[in-house]
Amino acid sequence: MRAALADGRVMAGRYLRHVVRAPEEIVIYFSLPIMFVLVFGYVFGSGMSVPGGGGYREFLIPGVFVMTMLYGIGATATGIAVDVGRGVLDRFRSMPMARSALITGRVTADLARALLETAVLMVCGLLVGWRWHQGIGTVLTAIALLLLLRLALSCVGVALGLATPNPDTVSMIVFPLAFPLSAVSNVFVAPELMPGWLGAVSEWNPISATTTALRDLFGNPGLGSDSWPAEHALLLAVAWPIALIAVFGPLSVRLYRRLGQ
Amino acid sequence: MTSTIVARGLRKRYRGGRGTTALDGFDLEVPAGIVHGLLGPNGAGKTTAVRVLSTLLGFDAGRAEVAGADVARQPGLVRERIALTGQYAAVDELLSGRQNLILFGRLHHLGRREAHRRADELLERFGLTDAAARSAKDYSGGMRRRLDLAAGLLRRPRVLFLDEPTTGLDPRSRNEVWAAVRGLVADGTTVLLTTQYLEEADQLAGLISVVDAGRVVAEGTPDQLKSALGADRLEVVVRDAARLTDAAAILARITAAEPVVDIDRRGLRVPLRNNRVETLAATIRALQEAGITVADIGLHRPTLDEAFLQLTAHHPTSPSTAEAAAAASSPTAAASPSLTAAAASSPTTAASPSLTAAAAPPSPTASASPSPTAAGSSPTASASPSVGAPVSSSEVGA
Repeated sequence: MRAALADGRVMAGRYLRHVVRAPEEIVIYFSLPIMFVLVFGYVFGSGMSVPGGGGYREFLIPGVFVMTMLYGIGATATGIAVDVGRGVLDRFRSMPMARSALITGRVTADLARALLETAVLMVCGLLVGWRWHQGIGTVLTAIALLLLLRLALSCVGVALGLATPNPDTVSMIVFPLAFPLSAVSNVFVAPELMPGWLGAVSEWNPISATTTALRDLFGNPGLGSDSWPAEHALLLAVAWPIALIAVFGPLSVRLYRRLGQ
Repeated sequence: MTSTIVARGLRKRYRGGRGTTALDGFDLEVPAGIVHGLLGPNGAGKTTAVRVLSTLLGFDAGRAEVAGADVARQPGLVRERIALTGQYAAVDELLSGRQNLILFGRLHHLGRREAHRRADELLERFGLTDAAARSAKDYSGGMRRRLDLAAGLLRRPRVLFLDEPTTGLDPRSRNEVWAAVRGLVADGTTVLLTTQYLEEADQLAGLISVVDAGRVVAEGTPDQLKSALGADRLEVVVRDAARLTDAAAILARITAAEPVVDIDRRGLRVPLRNNRVETLAATIRALQEAGITVADIGLHRPTLDEAFLQLTAHHPTSPSTAEAAAAASSPTAAASPSLTAAAASSPTTAASPSLTAAAAPPSPTASASPSPTAAGSSPTASASPSVGAPVSSSEVGA
């Protein structure tokens, strides 16, 4: 067990070294949320009004944090698919290391990345006028929620990377998966403004749950909706990731084991 | 005698759509401290065998032991004693050469300091010190292969699996890898080498197992496999096609065997068992006395290419086998002009009785019978009475 943790740590170090050695990936990776802040915050945002009152950019930023976690699936799945597709996984599996280390290492590295990304986005947010309005404790709770969501999405990404062992296919799957999830949510627009069924999907979307919870915790303007999911956002922001982990964690392990059949 | 690798009756069937049987009663025994070559066409089961023996892949039946540990029951122990160097250089593309070695060292549970020390030592040994800080993706094919090899040696493995280590390398890089492998064996490592390159097996391997359709079909030293093809051959090319029949009669008289006549090349070919040089001299004399002008005459030893083509020619209708054999022999083409001869001669040998016999499953009695026809037909059989005791085909089938 101790050895497995140590192997996982070494493997996490490997993935983090990738970030250092190929910083262009993280630049591309950051450009998307920053672009969303700029495009929606300044271009479309001037034409938007928040139903509950308040500035649109303050409304938008918590959703951008969440969206960034979502798009992290791409990096996770691609990283795993690259390992599976090249011979390096065979080398790992022929060594006396813990076989779980590839997955635990990847997830650990993802969380470290998520922390870095959140920090960078917070600075960006502060620059465009976003603020948190309650104590530092609520900020830390918000960050914990983000990391929990990232952990769940990391499991999804690992499963995806193992199921499609071709890095090119992965990126073709991730975007069509992640984009509707972020668009059909309450990140940009109130679900009430969408057609009925779409609004319902949007209300129950895990992305919406964490976004609403974050708005509440930061004291940012929200939608003021009184629907059940909106009222119980914090509960859903915890329950959704746990459910995803419960499904995709074991699935990842099974897919990983199947590589040796 | 203890063998470092023992496989008995391994079977592996891939699940899923095609459901192909990759290993079908695979037997192998590799003594310690040698390079043992696994030779075979594409899809013969070489890579599957290596993946099974290195614990990457489960198997359906049989038993395997590597470096004293049971592959099925003690895979962890096997992994501690082996290293695998893959067909596609299995290193981390983004990390530098040194970072790669340190990473693998740490995952081999060397301490941080020991991992650094070993990394620098191996970089030095494989001439990669200057490139240590560069990303592996910027390495040349040969450098990458050497890095891959170095990564396999961090823990001084008892058994090294080398799966087609020089596929796609230029001759210089190939020589570098070969030199590294020879060095390893000199240090006492046992190497299981899979390759399609017959020259590689010839250069490196002390023993070769020829794999076809998931089982070992022949085994022996490179020399044994070559002589298994039948004996050396006396080849004569006459200047005047009209004298071919006369020359054939002379050859038949001297060698007491029926020469194969190749009218297009005005050539004659006859196997020689013994008295090779005397027979050659007698033939030259006899042909001169008969007034037959000779364009070319010589003794030819079968190449490993020919041995390979013959041993794996079980499926006359399968184009993939022929293709694989052609692909396999191409790298040696530059080095040995014999390839053209081997390729050109195979259609004619197909007509000769020897191949027909080889294509049929070798009978157990063949190994016991010293008669020239039986010896010529069964490659392993012909080798067994004269040299050592290579595993006979009948034993493999059992």
